[in-house]
Amino acid sequence: MENNNIMNPNAKAIPIDEENEKPRAASFGKPVSTQMDFLRRTLVQPKALIGLVILTIFIAMAVFAPVIAPHDPSQYVGLPNQPPSPEYWLGTTGQGQDVFAQLVWGARISLLIGFSVGILSTLIGMVIGMVSGYMPGIIDGVLNLFTNVFLLIPGLPLLITLASFLPQGMTTVILVLTFTGWSWPARVFRSQVLCLREKDFVSASVISGEGSSRIIFAEILPNMLSLVMVSLFGAVIYTIGADAGLAFLGFENINIVSWGTMLYWASNSSALLQEAWWTFLPPGLCIALVSFGTTMLIYAMDEVTNPRLRSEKEITRVLRKYHLSSKRSTPVVKEPLA
Amino acid sequence: MHVRYLTTRGPVRAVDGVSFAIQPGEVIGLAGESGSGKSTIAHAILRILHPPALITGGQAMFEGRDIMQMDDAELQQFRWSKIAIVFQSAMNALNPVMKIRDQLTDVMVHHGMSKADANQRAVELFDLVGIEPKRLDSYPHQLSGGMRQRAVIAIALALKPPLLIMDEPTTALDVVVQKDILEQITRLREKLGFSILFITHDLSLLVEISTRISIMYAGEIVEKAPARELFEKPLHPYTLGLMNSFPSISGKKHDLAGIPGSPPDLVAPPNGCRFHPRCPKAMPICEQIAPATKTISSDHSVACHLFDSQEGAK
Amino acid sequence: MITATLQTKSILDVRNLTKHFPVGTFISPKQVHAVENVSFSVQRGQVVALVGESGSGKTTTIRMVARLIPATEGEIFFKGVDVLKSEPHEASLGYRRLVQLIFQDPFASLNPVHTIEHHLARPLVIHKKASDSQEIHNRVCELLETVELKPAVAIASRYPHQLSGGQRQRVAIARALAVDPELILADEPISMLDVSIRMGVLNLIHRLKTERGISFVYITHDLASARYIGDQIMVMYAGHMVEGGESEAIMGNPSHPYTQLLLSAVPDPRAGLRTDKNAQARGEVPSLIDPPPGCPFAARCPRVMDICRQVMPEQAVIKPEHWVRCHLFSIAS
Repeated sequence: MENNNIMNPNAKAIPIDEENEKPRAASFGKPVSTQMDFLRRTLVQPKALIGLVILTIFIAMAVFAPVIAPHDPSQYVGLPNQPPSPEYWLGTTGQGQDVFAQLVWGARISLLIGFSVGILSTLIGMVIGMVSGYMPGIIDGVLNLFTNVFLLIPGLPLLITLASFLPQGMTTVILVLTFTGWSWPARVFRSQVLCLREKDFVSASVISGEGSSRIIFAEILPNMLSLVMVSLFGAVIYTIGADAGLAFLGFENINIVSWGTMLYWASNSSALLQEAWWTFLPPGLCIALVSFGTTMLIYAMDEVTNPRLRSEKEITRVLRKYHLSSKRSTPVVKEPLA
Repeated sequence: MHVRYLTTRGPVRAVDGVSFAIQPGEVIGLAGESGSGKSTIAHAILRILHPPALITGGQAMFEGRDIMQMDDAELQQFRWSKIAIVFQSAMNALNPVMKIRDQLTDVMVHHGMSKADANQRAVELFDLVGIEPKRLDSYPHQLSGGMRQRAVIAIALALKPPLLIMDEPTTALDVVVQKDILEQITRLREKLGFSILFITHDLSLLVEISTRISIMYAGEIVEKAPARELFEKPLHPYTLGLMNSFPSISGKKHDLAGIPGSPPDLVAPPNGCRFHPRCPKAMPICEQIAPATKTISSDHSVACHLFDSQEGAK
Repeated sequence: MITATLQTKSILDVRNLTKHFPVGTFISPKQVHAVENVSFSVQRGQVVALVGESGSGKTTTIRMVARLIPATEGEIFFKGVDVLKSEPHEASLGYRRLVQLIFQDPFASLNPVHTIEHHLARPLVIHKKASDSQEIHNRVCELLETVELKPAVAIASRYPHQLSGGQRQRVAIARALAVDPELILADEPISMLDVSIRMGVLNLIHRLKTERGISFVYITHDLASARYIGDQIMVMYAGHMVEGGESEAIMGNPSHPYTQLLLSAVPDPRAGLRTDKNAQARGEVPSLIDPPPGCPFAARCPRVMDICRQVMPEQAVIKPEHWVRCHLFSIAS
């Protein structure tokens, strides 16, 4: 039967004192697309705001690097391993460079690599995974096998192998990380498409005469928006960490300043022995913070797409207000609401 | 009884001032479409509505006690031993990873029976509902749809409750199986003597098996009458509209129109009579004042301004 | 390419349509006989009601006619041409223009991320029924008005979740109408709608039949609505078609024991409270996996004979517009 009000998963609870007597205008008037709705609802979550603020700070840092730290970060500016001082806010490295400047300029490289690989691997994974999920038979078989092979190959050894014999540079890093990173999103998207392709609206599109590529990318894909976003940001987190790891191990061009190479040089100059925490703590912290902020965004998106997570905490709030402890039986409230 | 669902658009007035009585041994039919509140009221009686639902008023008196005043512990004892419920679609009510026997004995053991007694009763119950006792050791997916629904009925009858609530028990079943189940229920009722609150959207079904019928629309009861009388003399325009929505399999074919429009948004229901936007006989007063329930003849009451001057007539 | 043709006046002729689904394991493969040797015809401008309970194979049959799933065996003659031979791999755009399908679940058959206008505009664009955006918009509004959805402009810009079930189903009908089809297959179009809304949708289908001459195949489990809207009724059981003919003939003289059972099970308050329920067949629908030979109803039939368990009865004609597949009639005649 039609949507029964019982256990309506779309019903969201709000505390009673926040409503006025007149209910808000029904959403039946203005058309609200599900994608805009999703974005709007995500962005009002506190977790999303935290994540966005953090990411904005770092992106701003990277974009305005020439303004914030106007000199060349690899320039020798003073005595090596100087602790933080009013002149050099985060002190100097083992090579006598300005740590703060390096941090700010390094953000550019790390974030650029993170987001480009994130986007590239999601895109490639999307095309291969979705086509594989929708097309029956041979095409699915071949693409799926291809994906699985890439999934099975151990990531780190492959990364190191490729990085060591390809010419060093940012393009190599992006290529290598994308090469090892596309298969996981591909698998995820394939499963989702396998599920969505059984839906009636897909069959209805077939009946209308719609072609396969339009069905996959114009009908099925918009229903997977939240999954794509989560996948994208997950890939960003993975990439920033992997890139730092590769650089730390010395497989990247160590003359480029990034958070990962900062760690490499710090390790090389025995920063721990020298107790020069300001040379490795800041880049490490930055990597952690960016990952944290991105994770917060992902959590917020999860909460929006899974209504049960949302309503749980709001109902507890209402019950506490009315001094009702039990959630097992329907509470009886003796006051007029509306 | 008043029940509200809290939503971001405001509280949904799912049930608004619904009152009815069930006598021992009778079948009360509750008819209505989606959004009428019929399932809500059934769950509210047993206080098993999930958040964000709140009961905001009313009483439910059973054997002298008000269910709305009971606390958790009392409710646990009360449920199933006094009032049991059969849900729509047994697939949702049965645990797919437990054998039927365990699901049956579980509730009995919980209420104090010994394992041995419970198993004995389980065999009796399956006999009652017409399933071979050896199927007790099957899993739900190994039984057909009709058998599963019968198993759910058996579980409901486990503690011999005087009142059984059945919420659309046959809607998900084929018409032949449905008839089977209904006959089974009638036989059981004659044998054990319990009362039934039978909830469904199928008015023709209700006329066949109920003693009295109440019609619900948008959270309110709009008409109450004995089954036969409701069918022969429906008064409320909504009841008439409902009757006009069932094609018949015999007799002359007429043109049926159904009811235009759709049920109202219960966050802000229409002023006055909630049915007036769709009513072919609406008058100016219907938009302003909600009609009170008038008793027309013994046991036949209706909430409609058309009968404002007829109270107590006939 | 061998194109089989048929001399016929019907718009659709289905012959011996069969669908088997493989189940079971590699070691012991089994087949679900979902549809077995189904044959029926649809005349132009007529409604054929396909009646059966769940598991009877009616949805599978219609999906084969709609070319959503491939047939195991059989022939589908559309306007005299066997489409399974003339376009064996995929349905052509031409076929899709002429044969449309309406789904049972109004909530699932519309894509939640697209507006109603998008849903109606796509078939127009694909089949080149309109070219520029203004023309498309006008056609969309026309279609919405045809299915009695007003105001058309406001509805066109809404999303599916903002419409009620009845409105969504009308949109689905409008989408089917967009390509000017000659045959519409309706898979239980009203069973998931509220009771008071159902008649409106059925009346719409009836109007489309009489005003536009569109033929319909109407699938349902409800004999009453089949009688209301169907010119012909076909009864299916366990993948077989067991009785068929003009709807009044079937309702007045149900001949197959299963049809009699189905008829007696329908609650009909107008007929008075019936206490004499005839055709008390106990039991459930048989398994469709590797079924035994003979009539599928043999296990439940109150008038079963030995031959019923061995041989599937052939079609026996009772009257010019009434046939039945039952040994009670093949022996008698």
